[in-house]
Amino acid sequence: MVAVLLVLIPLVTGLAGFFFKSEGLAKGWALLSSLATLVVVLIGLGMARDSAALHFDCAWLPELGSRFSVALDGLSLILTLLTAIVFPLIFISTWRDKYSKPWNFYALMLLSQAGLLGVFVATDALLFYFFWELALIPVYFLASQWGGERRIQATFKFFVYTFVGSLLMLIGIIWIYSHTPDHSFSIKSFYAMHNKISGKDQTWIFWLMFLAFAIKMPIWPLHTWQPDAYEQAPTAVTMVLSAVMVKMGVFGLIRWLAPVVPVGFWAWGDTVSTCCIIGMIYASLVAIKQDDLKRLVAYSSIAHMGLMALAVFATDANGMQGVMIQMFNHGINILGMWIVVDLIERQFGTRKISELGGLASKAPGLAILLMIVALANIALPLTNGFVGEFLLFSGVFSSAATHYNVVFTCVALLSVILAAVYTLNMIGKVFFGNTNALTSRGVDIKFNEKVVLAAIVVIIVFVGVYPKPVLELTKETADFLLTSMNYKP
Amino acid sequence: MPINYYIFLAVALFCVGVAGVLTRRNAIIIFMCIELMLNAVNLLLVAFSKMHHHALGASVPTAGIDGQLFVFFIMVVAAAEVSVGLAVIVMMYRNTHSIDVNFLNRLKH
Amino acid sequence: MTQLVWLVPVLPLVGFLINGLFRKSLPKSLVGIIGSGTVLISFILSVVIFGDVRHEGFQPTVVDLWDFISVDKLHISLAFQVDQLSALFLLIITGVGFLIHLYSTSYMHEEEGPHYARFFSYLNLFVFSMLVLVLGANFLILFIGWEGVGLCSYLLIGYWFKNLDYGYAARKAFIMNRIGDVGFLIAIFMMIAKFGSVDFAEVFGKAGSVSTGVITAITLLLFVGATGKSAQIPLYTWLPDAMAGPTPVSALIHAATMVTAGIYMIARSHVLYDLAPVTMNVVAVIGAATAFLAATIALKQNDIKKVLAYSTVSQLGYMFLGLGVGAYDGAVFHVMTHAFFKALLFLGAGSVIHAMGGEQDMRKMGGLKKWMPATHITFLIACLAISGIPPFSGFFSKDEILAAAYGKNPIYYVVGVFTAFLTAFYMFRLYATTFLGGFRGTHEQEHHLHESPAAITIPLWVLAILAAVAGFLGIPAVFAPNAHWLGAYLSPVLGENAHGIELEKGTEGMLMVVSVVLAVIGVVAAWARFAKKPELGEPTGFGKFLANKWYVDELYNAVVVRPLDLLAQFLTFFDKHIIDGIVNGVGRLVQYGSRQLRLLQSGLVGGYVLLMVIGILVLFLVELFTKH
Repeated sequence: MVAVLLVLIPLVTGLAGFFFKSEGLAKGWALLSSLATLVVVLIGLGMARDSAALHFDCAWLPELGSRFSVALDGLSLILTLLTAIVFPLIFISTWRDKYSKPWNFYALMLLSQAGLLGVFVATDALLFYFFWELALIPVYFLASQWGGERRIQATFKFFVYTFVGSLLMLIGIIWIYSHTPDHSFSIKSFYAMHNKISGKDQTWIFWLMFLAFAIKMPIWPLHTWQPDAYEQAPTAVTMVLSAVMVKMGVFGLIRWLAPVVPVGFWAWGDTVSTCCIIGMIYASLVAIKQDDLKRLVAYSSIAHMGLMALAVFATDANGMQGVMIQMFNHGINILGMWIVVDLIERQFGTRKISELGGLASKAPGLAILLMIVALANIALPLTNGFVGEFLLFSGVFSSAATHYNVVFTCVALLSVILAAVYTLNMIGKVFFGNTNALTSRGVDIKFNEKVVLAAIVVIIVFVGVYPKPVLELTKETADFLLTSMNYKP
Repeated sequence: MPINYYIFLAVALFCVGVAGVLTRRNAIIIFMCIELMLNAVNLLLVAFSKMHHHALGASVPTAGIDGQLFVFFIMVVAAAEVSVGLAVIVMMYRNTHSIDVNFLNRLKH
Repeated sequence: MTQLVWLVPVLPLVGFLINGLFRKSLPKSLVGIIGSGTVLISFILSVVIFGDVRHEGFQPTVVDLWDFISVDKLHISLAFQVDQLSALFLLIITGVGFLIHLYSTSYMHEEEGPHYARFFSYLNLFVFSMLVLVLGANFLILFIGWEGVGLCSYLLIGYWFKNLDYGYAARKAFIMNRIGDVGFLIAIFMMIAKFGSVDFAEVFGKAGSVSTGVITAITLLLFVGATGKSAQIPLYTWLPDAMAGPTPVSALIHAATMVTAGIYMIARSHVLYDLAPVTMNVVAVIGAATAFLAATIALKQNDIKKVLAYSTVSQLGYMFLGLGVGAYDGAVFHVMTHAFFKALLFLGAGSVIHAMGGEQDMRKMGGLKKWMPATHITFLIACLAISGIPPFSGFFSKDEILAAAYGKNPIYYVVGVFTAFLTAFYMFRLYATTFLGGFRGTHEQEHHLHESPAAITIPLWVLAILAAVAGFLGIPAVFAPNAHWLGAYLSPVLGENAHGIELEKGTEGMLMVVSVVLAVIGVVAAWARFAKKPELGEPTGFGKFLANKWYVDELYNAVVVRPLDLLAQFLTFFDKHIIDGIVNGVGRLVQYGSRQLRLLQSGLVGGYVLLMVIGILVLFLVELFTKH
């Protein structure tokens, strides 16, 4: 029941949200709904893993062999938790952002949350695909309605790009579906196919579905929609995109692809890993040269997601747990970065690093909180980012899936250095130095933003110092994944 | 007489009709060419229906009659079509003072 | 008592939190009390712990706090280890740390309230990180402290954040440390892969069971980390720039404690290093080369803090030389004595800078002994100590390293002793130009000159006493057998052979005489040269080469920074125009194609019919040719 509620609450409140024709009401409604979702997730977290309340299954499209079946396991829980934390924080931190027809904006946000949560809980491939698109479509409208100057172009590119991927994935899903003995979309039938598909077909399936996930993450060289979309979308939407939506790619990879086509996974691991590593270094270097804060964070996100994908393909226990905890961490951390960017943009009307400077003397509170978030972003110990990246790299290093594990680790670690370069450069240029004409009228952060950032910092430090609860949550899923991925014909 | 002669004649007529439709721009001539094509088909239908049931001979007097019937049907429809088509052409002439079909592309505007 | 060891780092952490969170509301005096008080209590606790540890037969105690990372077969707990080595470092860190906190209360007094509190919270955070570093019972906890001190170093170098150059120096320090840290991380991953653990006990226990190649790789990678943190070739260039931070910071972080973390780490993992002779040679060579290189650069620096910075790099080189030749306890001994005299030098320099109103250029000082007697005397003691003049502490520790170096390879000794000569020379050049002769600054500065207040001079005196007498903790066997208290104390951790190769007593005595004579020559030469005529001219020829630090920064810029920058620029272009170009190109191609196809829909009936006929014909032909 919990799993269903997770989807239903934002879906229903979202649809209802279109009818609140007042800004305050719409905002409050959205915040209330997202808090309700958070409560439901927390209840789910408190339940025993095998509790019946975490599963739900009923007929949906019986003719097609598709059921409305949802469930919460460790992986789903951590990602739904992320989604449920992120949305209220977005609503609170962007409380002062102004939109035309705000009710539509907030309603669409809730709908996209419904889609995201649906993706994470679906245990039926068709349902998964349905939610996958449901999450995308509201974002398309949000970005194209309330975005920046080049929003139409950027959103169109984003939509078409990801949609092409989705269609390829649909083909893959249908192929597997048509080959299941019982003609079913259920995840169990899909998993049972892992030793029934020939090696050659696995390659096809792998690429069809992987492209969809790779575009979503995104993995180099399929990443160019991201900086544009992040730059042009309103910040609240960018937060959704980068904090949660890109995780759909990794999630899809480990839930719907790795256990289904392990042979294709092994066969193409090195190729994909190479792309990931190129992407990490490449994105970090490009990030150094960005002048727009949003683009900088976008490229940093590409680098981080590349690392996660790399660790997925390493097929190692440490790496797999690292992926799961890092998905959560990255979502939290990047949200913090966006909040700061949003704040700066709202205050000064610009996101250009070259036009800012000396903010630390005007906004010390902001500077401190950003510093902590940035340090988590570059994986300093005792922040959540360190736990994640440590496990990720250690997984890549001990990976048995490739012969090049040492090379991969060493080259990928360069991105750790480069991350420090671009992050500290950014902090140095934006926050240090003397104020200029623009920034001298800056003020420190307001209460709502302080609350959100403080909450983020608490999560950062807590997970960084005591990651045990999170690691235990995802342990079972990781074990299961590794067993199924290690299948060899 | 072998069927081939009928076929060749029909094909020739049909090709003349097609060529006429393609090359001429005068609506009335195009119309006539279409009639030519229809009649080529009619000829084939008649010939086929007669020749196909040749073996049965006089034992079944009605054999092959459906082919002939179809021809009448086509003639009737063709006549109706001509009347509608001519009406269109007349309207077209009234509007454009020409019966050149290339003027018809203006309809898309 | 050792079970409560976690209190030692936690107290400064509490100080950090209080000062950090309430920096706007706390009065300055309270900030100073909280900042120094927490470290003082930590020091008292450390003394108590030390009291336990120093007893004969003390067994190392591991205090397990909680599971930090526990995944699959890997279990890393947040655990602290108390043994002779960590207890000694606890004393140094909290002791010197407290003195410097006390010093800072006066030195930083002109800062505004919130910034004053910020300064102390950073300092406390640093002490916390440093304590975690030395207390960690496994390599990961050590690494946490390791990166933590790097962060504090970054924060404190860039403490005056309005100055962009300082910010740049801070960034440089952090990034160079990061480069080293990556090496450290790979070493940790390797341990996880090979030993399945990062616990000291387990790793050292299993060290014999893996191939020498693996051990060499691990130790080399750890050493890469050490070159970053402890400013060795090739990653040393950040340390001189780090002098942008306030002087107490330079004393605490960039002289006494943080930069010795590399030495601590290698001494701690000496079991691994003993098994990797190749690495040992690399460590010794790098150490000797750094000692020499930095000493030559120090000869021509005019900024009082820069001289001290290069001298620190050089002394750290000594310590690595000591480690490389197997004299682990000599290296640790030198860490201790160096912590005293170098902290004293920096604090003395700070006192001078304070009196000079922020001036750091030695060319504008001179004759300060008249105005600043206490600073002068303590500074002189420190100079004698670092120059290796007996009976000051530097003599004992330096000679222990030099003797071991001779035993390993005389070339190391020659480089070391020549560096010792250079050290004596540039230190007394510094001393003479600062304190002797006539004052060369402005009249206004002269009017302003004064001895510093008690909060500054008390730490100076305490450190001066320590710098003078600490050497007697390690009396070499030449003078009295079995009087090396420190060696005996550390032997449970560092092993019985921690002195390196033992020499004949006669040889050792000879070496000692040589180094002392050279040091005295250096002192006298510098005194003679600079006491009378302290004007420092513009360097020429080779001197200019030295004054420009061998152009290493320029070299790094040309070889690493510039190419990376160009690459980044190229990739930005590549991303925008090639990769994104392809994506947009596909879109444009589709649009172009449909624009062309659209033309077929011309509205000409004839055209449609023609297409239809052609289509029919094609179908006929296809039918005709595919059937057979």
